[in-house]
Parts: sequence; structure tokens; C-alpha cells
Amino acid sequence: MPATPQTPPLLELHVRRKLFDGHEVLRDIRLSMRQGECVTLVGASGCGKSTLLRIVAGLDRDFDGEVKLQGRPTSGPTRDIRFVFQEPRLFPWLTVAGNVAFDARGPLDQARVDALLDEVGLAGLGGRLPKELSGGQAQRVAIARGLFVQPRVLLLDEPFSAVDAFTRLKLQELLLRVARAHDIAVLMVTHDIDEAVYLGHRVLVFDANPGRIATPVDLALPRPRDRDSPEVSAAVATVRQALHRAHAL
Amino acid sequence: MSPPPSSSHALEATAALEPADAAAAPAPAPLRRRPARWLGLVLPAAFLLGLELTVRAGWVPAHLLPPPSDILATLNELAGQGLAAHVLVSTARVLTGFALGAVLAVVLGVWVGLSRRAEALLDPSFQALRAIPSLAWVPLILLWLGIDEGAKLALIALGAFFPVYMGVASGLRDVDRKLVEVAEMAGLGPVAMARRVLLPAALPAIWTGLRNGLSLAWMFMVAAELIAATRGLGYLLTDGRETGRADIVLAAIALLAIMGKLSDGLMQVLERRWLSWRDTVATRR
Repeated sequence: MPATPQTPPLLELHVRRKLFDGHEVLRDIRLSMRQGECVTLVGASGCGKSTLLRIVAGLDRDFDGEVKLQGRPTSGPTRDIRFVFQEPRLFPWLTVAGNVAFDARGPLDQARVDALLDEVGLAGLGGRLPKELSGGQAQRVAIARGLFVQPRVLLLDEPFSAVDAFTRLKLQELLLRVARAHDIAVLMVTHDIDEAVYLGHRVLVFDANPGRIATPVDLALPRPRDRDSPEVSAAVATVRQALHRAHAL
Repeated sequence: MSPPPSSSHALEATAALEPADAAAAPAPAPLRRRPARWLGLVLPAAFLLGLELTVRAGWVPAHLLPPPSDILATLNELAGQGLAAHVLVSTARVLTGFALGAVLAVVLGVWVGLSRRAEALLDPSFQALRAIPSLAWVPLILLWLGIDEGAKLALIALGAFFPVYMGVASGLRDVDRKLVEVAEMAGLGPVAMARRVLLPAALPAIWTGLRNGLSLAWMFMVAAELIAATRGLGYLLTDGRETGRADIVLAAIALLAIMGKLSDGLMQVLERRWLSWRDTVATRR
């Protein structure tokens, strides 16, 4: 659940402008997130959603604006923020356990690795190589790696777009479960409207050229949500109409 | 931070989630069997047998093309006259020259592969030098270093240098940006980045360079020994030609084939051990 409005925001983002080769890809984006909150971003391809995540992650520092974590401006990657990419991006020469503990400083905390693997449903697979995993399993490892340093914010860029629909549903449940268990804020880009509504406390609908938040949709729906309830269906329709207005559909 | 959930509910959910997801994993045992290893021996065996019969039948004069049985006899005869020393001398030259060339190539390749400035400074020159067939340097090396051991080692090192350099430099340049980003998120410094990400990721290309470099080292050893040597397999080649003994020439050629195959086989064994993580046709189980 999102914290009460009185608590200071965990993450504050203000991008006045972001240029790519002189072309404006993001304009005047303000976003504030609280601990434990899940915000999903939807919008047409190439509207700058992924660029926004890269800015929050500190991977892209060439922009006009600022990212604040608990009131302090960030400059570059921090251990408070972790990124789960569209592809699992596992190091193929490391075992599953080695990938999960890639961020480890000092000796390997085997108990922690085992606990995380257990949590993402891969207990006992720590010794496998990435090439021996299915796409869904590999993305589970990537999520476990993202949780290893106990970040405050988890960024996900269309993390489930490459897996089949059935696996996607299970990975969505997994994400909700770990986000609640670790009390972390989740900022996720997705192309799947159902997914955006099912996971998000808020859905931000992006407009393209330049990318900006066209419509924020607050979802005051109870959790856990019933995918088939009329309220969820209505919210999906609201987001779809907002995407229409943003010319994304 | 809250600990990971350990309630029975979470465990149940995990257990229930697992099977279908795992079903998408690669099948454990492919139905197609790997072809038998002896298959590679069929062609050489048939060729040697055909050769033996052709010469015995008198279709080809035996002094120009001695049959395999004669070559075996010659090898046996040479073995009593210090053949092992010839093989050892040549192998030692290959290994020393290869080590010199490969170490220099790895150092320069890593520098060029990791530093944009070094790449701009050095790579165009190396590419230009690479375009010169390495054997063209032979007269110059003879002029500068004479015909003794140093000249031979320099020539072998030169032959091994370029394939290794190319493998290291291009391997490092071609590392997947996506993996580098993961490492950047982890806050890795330049040294840790090179050690933990760039070098392992470039290892397949580096290894290919080392294998090519080693086979070129054998080639340049022969070139060096053909020019001037009193021992070694290249010397045997020259000796056989000068004394009109085709059997000695062919015996030396056979030994070169065996030594080259052995050294490349050793590289392959190491490759299977260190690069088994690759998801390629070759590493498919």
C-alpha cells in the first residue's frame, strides 16, 4: 500500500528536457513516488518511457532536470535503485547464484542467495548456468539479482514482454509478492494495458514527440485485485481511452 | 528492510508456480545422437590405404611417393638417430615464439580494446602492418638478427602476434553493451569492469585468436627452419630434399601434422573446460 501523504516522497523526478541528437524526446516530466508504491508507464513505442527509466537508474546523465532519492539528488547509479531489463541480461559465464550475487561486496552470502532464489521460485537452481534456463526462469533470476542489494526502488522495462502469456501472469504475481515483502517502490514500463492496471497504484499514460505524461490514472482499487472484476475492466477501458487520446493507439 | 517471506502461503504459491515455468527449459537429452568420434578417422585411413596400394601396384614411382609403410620404417630408423631431439627443438621454438608474440599481443590488444585513445593511436598502424604478408618480413629479420635462434623466435612471434591481437582487441570492442550496463548499475570501477565483465565476455574471441596464433606459430617455425637450421623438423625437410629422400620429407610432414593437431587439441580441451558456458551449437549437450 502507498504510504500516507505526510511521509516525504522516496523518489522525486523532474525532467525538464531530454534531447537525443537535437530531437526532444522528453519534456517536463514530474513524478513522485512513495515507498511501496507501484507506478506503471504505458505509451506508444519510442515515446521515451525507457529513456525515463534509464535517467532514474543513473545510466543516462545527459538531461536537463534532477532525480532525488529521499530528498538528495543522485548522480549516477546507486545501490538504492536496481534495474530489471527487458532481456534478463545474465552474465552467461556465471552460475545463477553468481549472477544473483553479482553486486556482492566481500565474501558470498550463500544463505541470502538461497533465500532469494527460494523467493523467486528457483530453489536449488543456484548451480545452473544461464543457458540451461527458460526465458521465464532467467527473468526470475534477474529479479532476484535486482533484490540482492535491498534497493528502495526497482525499475522494470517491459520485463515480461518476451515470455508467454501464462508465464507472464505468474511473473506478475511474483513481482507483487516481492515488492510487498521487501517494501520497495516499483516503476515499470509495459506495453500491456491489463498488466499496467493489475500492478499499478497509478498508471501514467505517455504522449509521444516529445514524451510527456498525458494522463495520470489513479487506481483506487483494493489489493489483491481480481483481474476479472468490473472495476478492473473499467480501469483498463479508462487507460485505453487515454492512450487513444495520446494517439498511441 | 523486511526479510523475505517465509510463510507457508508464499511457499505454496512458489511451488505451484514452478512446474509450467520449468517446462519451457531446454530438453535435457536431445534425441539426435552425437556422431561417433572414429568417423573422423575414416577418410585418412582410406587415403593411406589407397596410397599404399597405388605405389605397391607400381602406378607411381616409390622414390617420389614412398608408401606409408616406408614412411613408418623411415620414422623408426630416424628415431634411432635423434628424431626426438628434432621434434623437441621445433616444439620449444614454437612455444617460446608463440609465448613472446601472444603476451605482447594480449597486452597491446587489451590496451587498444579498452581505451578509445589507444585504439585511435595504435589500431590504424596495426591494421596496416597486418596487411603485409608476414613472410615478407623474413629477409629483413635475417638482415637484422642474422640466422641464429633469435631470428627464428622473432619470426615465430611475429606470425603469432596478429591473430592474437585481433582476437583480443575485437573481442573487447564487441562486448555486449547490455551486460556492461548491468555492471555499471552495480557501480563497478574500470578495473573491476575489465576483470569481471569485459575479459570473460571477450574470452571466446580471445581464445579463437590464440588458437589461430598457435597454428601460425607452427607455420612460421617451418619457414624459419627451412631458411637456416641444423636441427628441427624444418631442417629434416631441407635435408630430405637435398639428399633426394622423399620418405624423410613425408615423415617430417607427418610429424608436423601430428604436433599441430596435438597442440590444437590441447587448446580445444582447455576451451571446453573454460568456455563451456557458451550457448552455442558446439556446447549443446
